[in-house]
Amino acid sequence: MLAPTALAAVTRRPSAFLRSSWPWRSLAYLLGSAIHAVAACVAIYAAYAYGVGVAAGGALLALAVLSLPAAAFERWRLRLVDRAPVDDPHVRPPRPGPRAWLATRLREQATWRELGFTVIAVSVMWWMDLGFVSSAIWLPLMLLSAPFQPSLHLVESLPLIAAGLLLSPLFAYMMTAWAGTRALLVRAVLAPRDAEIIRSRARLVDAFEVERRRIERDLHDGAQQRLVALSMKLGLARLDLPPGSPAEAQLAEAHEEAGRALAELRELIRGVHPQVLTDRGLGAAVRDVAGRSPVPVDVDVSLPGRLPPSIEVTAYYVVSEAMANLAKHSGARRGFVRARLRDGALVLEVGDDGVGGADPAAGSGLAGLADRVAVTEGLMTLSSPPGGPTSLRVEIPCPVSG
Amino acid sequence: MPRLRVALAEDGVLLREGLAGLLDRFGHEVVASVGDGAALIAAVAEYEPDIVVADVRMPPGFTDEGLRAALTLRASHPGLAVLVLSQYVEQTYAAELLDSDGGSGIGYLLKDRIGDVREFVDAVERVAAGRTVVDPEVVRQLLSRRRAPLSRLTPREREVLGLVAEGRSNAAVARALVVSEAAVSKHIAGILAKLDLPPAGDDHRRVLAVLAYLRGRPGGPEERR
Repeated sequence: MLAPTALAAVTRRPSAFLRSSWPWRSLAYLLGSAIHAVAACVAIYAAYAYGVGVAAGGALLALAVLSLPAAAFERWRLRLVDRAPVDDPHVRPPRPGPRAWLATRLREQATWRELGFTVIAVSVMWWMDLGFVSSAIWLPLMLLSAPFQPSLHLVESLPLIAAGLLLSPLFAYMMTAWAGTRALLVRAVLAPRDAEIIRSRARLVDAFEVERRRIERDLHDGAQQRLVALSMKLGLARLDLPPGSPAEAQLAEAHEEAGRALAELRELIRGVHPQVLTDRGLGAAVRDVAGRSPVPVDVDVSLPGRLPPSIEVTAYYVVSEAMANLAKHSGARRGFVRARLRDGALVLEVGDDGVGGADPAAGSGLAGLADRVAVTEGLMTLSSPPGGPTSLRVEIPCPVSG
Repeated sequence: MPRLRVALAEDGVLLREGLAGLLDRFGHEVVASVGDGAALIAAVAEYEPDIVVADVRMPPGFTDEGLRAALTLRASHPGLAVLVLSQYVEQTYAAELLDSDGGSGIGYLLKDRIGDVREFVDAVERVAAGRTVVDPEVVRQLLSRRRAPLSRLTPREREVLGLVAEGRSNAAVARALVVSEAAVSKHIAGILAKLDLPPAGDDHRRVLAVLAYLRGRPGGPEERR
C-alpha cells in the first residue's frame, strides 16, 4: 500500500521506500521552490538596478497581488507529497463581484496566513529547499563521477564510487524527510484540516443525539405504553379472581413480572436520553442525577438560562459518568458538582473525598468522556492521586446569547 | 367515597381508554378524556371536574406539556386536585407540583403505579380529597440524600418517615407496617422531635412538613439555621 504522505513513507521498509516514487516526488516538490528563488533574485536585482525603494515597493505590490496565487500553488504541489485531500480554507464570498470578494478575503484569517507564509517562502524557505536538493544530489553525483575526473586514477576512484552508491539512498531519505516536514508546515498553515474533522465529528455526535431522542420517544410511545396498559389489565383481572386461588397466584406472578419489565424499561429509556435535560436544562438534570446518587452530593449549578443543546448533553454525560464512578469506585463519603459560565466557557467541576486513583487509561468511562469533551473543543483535566481526593474539571467553550 | 368527576389527559389512546375503564369500574365518572394540554385546560373550564389526571408528556412537543397544563390549572383554579403521571421520576417535576397552591390536593406518581389498580384508585381518591400523594420512588431518592439528622433515626423510624412522606395517614402507615396505630403515633412523635419539626395533629399538615424537610425547602430546619 502506498504511504499516505512522504513523511510516513520514510518509516516504511527501506527496499520498498527506495523503489517507490516518494524520493522522486519529493525532489519534484522541492524543485518547485525554484519559482520563489527566481522571485527573490528578481527583487535583489531590482534593488541593485533601480534602488532599494523601488525594489521594496515592487516587492510589496507583488506580495499583495501574488500571495493568494502563491498559496494556491503551494496547496497544488502539496499533492506530490501528501495524498490526503487538500481543502481551500477560503470561504465563498456572499455576493458575486470584486468588492464582495475583496471584503471577504480581507476579513479572513486564511488570507493573512497566506501572506505571511509567502513572505517566509520567498525570503528563507526556498534556499533551504534548494539547499536540501543540491546537497542530496551534488555530493553523490560528485562521488559517482570520480572516474571521469582527469586528476584521478581509475583504481583510486573506486572507493569514491562505492561511497557515492552508499550515500545516495541516505540522501534520498534526507530529501524526502525534509519534503515531508515542509508539507506538514504547509498543511498546518495553508490547509488546516483539524477544524473540519472536529466539526464533522460534532455533526456525528449531534446526529447520534437526535437518533437517541427518537429511540427514546419510540420506546415511550410504544413499548412502555403497552406495558403499562398490560399491567393495568392484569391488575384488573386479579380483582375478578378469588384471592388465594391458583389462577390468582399465577396472575399475580405475571403482574409482578410486568412490573419488573416496566422498571427495567424505565431505566433503559433514561439511559438513552434524559428527558429532564431537554425539558428543564442542565441544572435540573444535574440535580436529578446527583439526587439519585447513593453518596450525598452537593450541587452548585448557577447558569444564566439554557445552553446550546450539544453542550448541555456533553456536560450531562460528564456528570452522569462522574457520578457513576463516584458511586462505584471512589469510596467517598461526600461529593460535589459545580457548574459556572466563566469567560465564554462552561466550567464544570466534579469531585469527592474518596480514595482517588482514577485512571482514564484503565478502561473506565473516563477516556470516552475525554473524547466526548474533545468534540466540543473542550478540555478535561483529572486529578486523582492514590489516596484521593479526586477532582474532574471540564471546560467547554460556550457562546452565550445576551 | 363519593363518585368523582375526573378529567383525563393522556395522549396514548390505549392507556386513556384503559384508565377510563379502570376509574369507571371503581365507580368514578370520567367527564372528559383528552389528548393534549390545551384540550385539558378547555375541558376543565367546561366540565369543572373534581380531579385532573394528566400525563406529563403530551403533544405537540412531547416534553412536559401535561405538567405545564397542570401547573396552569393549579394557578387558575385554586383547590383543583391534580394527579400527574410521569414515565419516570423527576425530582424537578415533583418539586414544581408540590410548590403549586400549597401542595394540597396534588399527586405525582410513576405511570407504572397504574398497574396496582387498587392503590392507584386509592391515590386518585386521596388527591381528590385534598391530600398529597408522592411516588415512593421520589421519597426513596429524597431519603437517600442522607442529611445529617436523618442518620439519627432508627431503621423503623426511617420506614415510617418514608410512608408518611408518600402521603399516608397514620392508619395507612399502621396497615402497611402491620403495627398498631398507637405505635405509629409514637414513632412519628419521635421522628418529628429528632428532625426538629413542629408536632402537628393533622396528618396532612405533617405530610407537607416532612416533604418540605426532605426537599430542603424553607420550613425545613436546615434552611432556618
